[in-house]
Amino acid sequence: MGGAHGHSLHFHGHSVVHRLPAHLKLVALVVYVIAVVATPAGQWWAFGLHAVVLVGVMAATRIPAGYIGRRMLIEVPFVVFALIMPFVAQGPRVQVGPFSLSEAGLLAAATLLLKGTLGVGASVVFAATTEAADIVTGLRRVGLPRQLVEIIAFMVRYLDVVTGQLIRMKVARASRGFSARSVRQWPVLGSTAGALFIRSYERGERVHLAMLSRGYSGAMPDLAPVSTSTGPWVAALVAPAVSVVIAVTALVLR
Amino acid sequence: MHVPDGFLDAPTSVGTAVVAAAGVAIALRGSRRELDDRTAPLAGLVAMFVFAAQMLNFPVGLGTSGHLLGGALAAILVGPYTATLILTVVLLVQALLFADGGITALGTNITLMGLVGVWVAWAVFVGVRAILPKRLSSLTPASFVAGLVSVPAAALAFVAFYAIGGQAPIDLTALTGAMLAWHTVIGVGEGLITALVVASVVATRPDLVHGAQPLLKQRSLTVRSPEGISA
Repeated sequence: MGGAHGHSLHFHGHSVVHRLPAHLKLVALVVYVIAVVATPAGQWWAFGLHAVVLVGVMAATRIPAGYIGRRMLIEVPFVVFALIMPFVAQGPRVQVGPFSLSEAGLLAAATLLLKGTLGVGASVVFAATTEAADIVTGLRRVGLPRQLVEIIAFMVRYLDVVTGQLIRMKVARASRGFSARSVRQWPVLGSTAGALFIRSYERGERVHLAMLSRGYSGAMPDLAPVSTSTGPWVAALVAPAVSVVIAVTALVLR
Repeated sequence: MHVPDGFLDAPTSVGTAVVAAAGVAIALRGSRRELDDRTAPLAGLVAMFVFAAQMLNFPVGLGTSGHLLGGALAAILVGPYTATLILTVVLLVQALLFADGGITALGTNITLMGLVGVWVAWAVFVGVRAILPKRLSSLTPASFVAGLVSVPAAALAFVAFYAIGGQAPIDLTALTGAMLAWHTVIGVGEGLITALVVASVVATRPDLVHGAQPLLKQRSLTVRSPEGISA
């Protein structure tokens, strides 16, 4: 569920990572995360090397470490969950200070923390270096069904408009002395959401009519040509390829 | 909380991804009947709405707050097929950009929230609507029950996945009990908010509520004049 979903995720820059085409970064992200998840538990050195790869890419983006650190706070809820695991899991137990902890639970929690943190880090790098419009193009190029791509395109395009509307409604409520303290305030929040739905839907109708009047026939034209050179492919896949080698080595040595 | 990377083992993640892909493929075909050529713009804006509504935190008490999952709400407002697409898109964007829910766990999350959450909610909603009197006011309790049941149903599905491919041995009976108890509490919040939102949309634009369509079709035009109401 996570916390507030801000949308000023993109960190403007001109590094190698920023300039790579979005669909290559998507492929790289997915390959990297799969390599990390496929690495067997207990092979700590392999996770260390995965982290080195990730930090290397983060350094290449030239984004301040503090910014990436703040963005990674999104993983706090599942860190809490991981910390509970050693207490509730079964099997042989070890004594750590005053607590009796499950060995299997400890191993699972440590693995979950490592894999989760590496995955979150990779997503943060992707989101920070890729603009919203490029992500939509990238998703289309990796073969996501056209309908889904278009739903995402509309969603991304109107994110600011609708959240702006929600914030204005919130300010309007607050300026009339409203504050959501308990369950008794829910009907107001419910009608806020209802009004937001009607406004979103009616905006959708207007946008659709405007599109029809400009010749929309069910598909958006692809404006940017696809680059066919191999240079970007090589650049994008260096890091994930290293991680795949690490994961395979860890699997063989297990 | 969405399922993060590395929480379930690889075969389970792949299995749920296959289930999710099949479900989304069926939803892509079905959604054309619900919204015809307006699918993309309208589903996009409703996805945007679910996304924004998830930011609307409601106070639960004791300083904690919950937020809407939106499966039941989307299913009742725009129909279950489109709702599956909407939840899929929201989860995909959250996984890629906000790292909320793991990328390898995307199939699991779509299966839990986009398939189980949405379709259980829709089935319950249609069932309750059939029992209650054929009035627009019946939609509010039906929405409440749909929202209430959808959350623990998704939690139960999660326990089932965990039993198949969990990474740490946890007592399953205890896990089932804890997940059900906690998610029933969340479900009450989900049900209340779903019912309140549906009620406020039905009050002004019942024609926009997909779940209200069978009731609107049987409504006859009434002409109100100073002399009285004539059918």
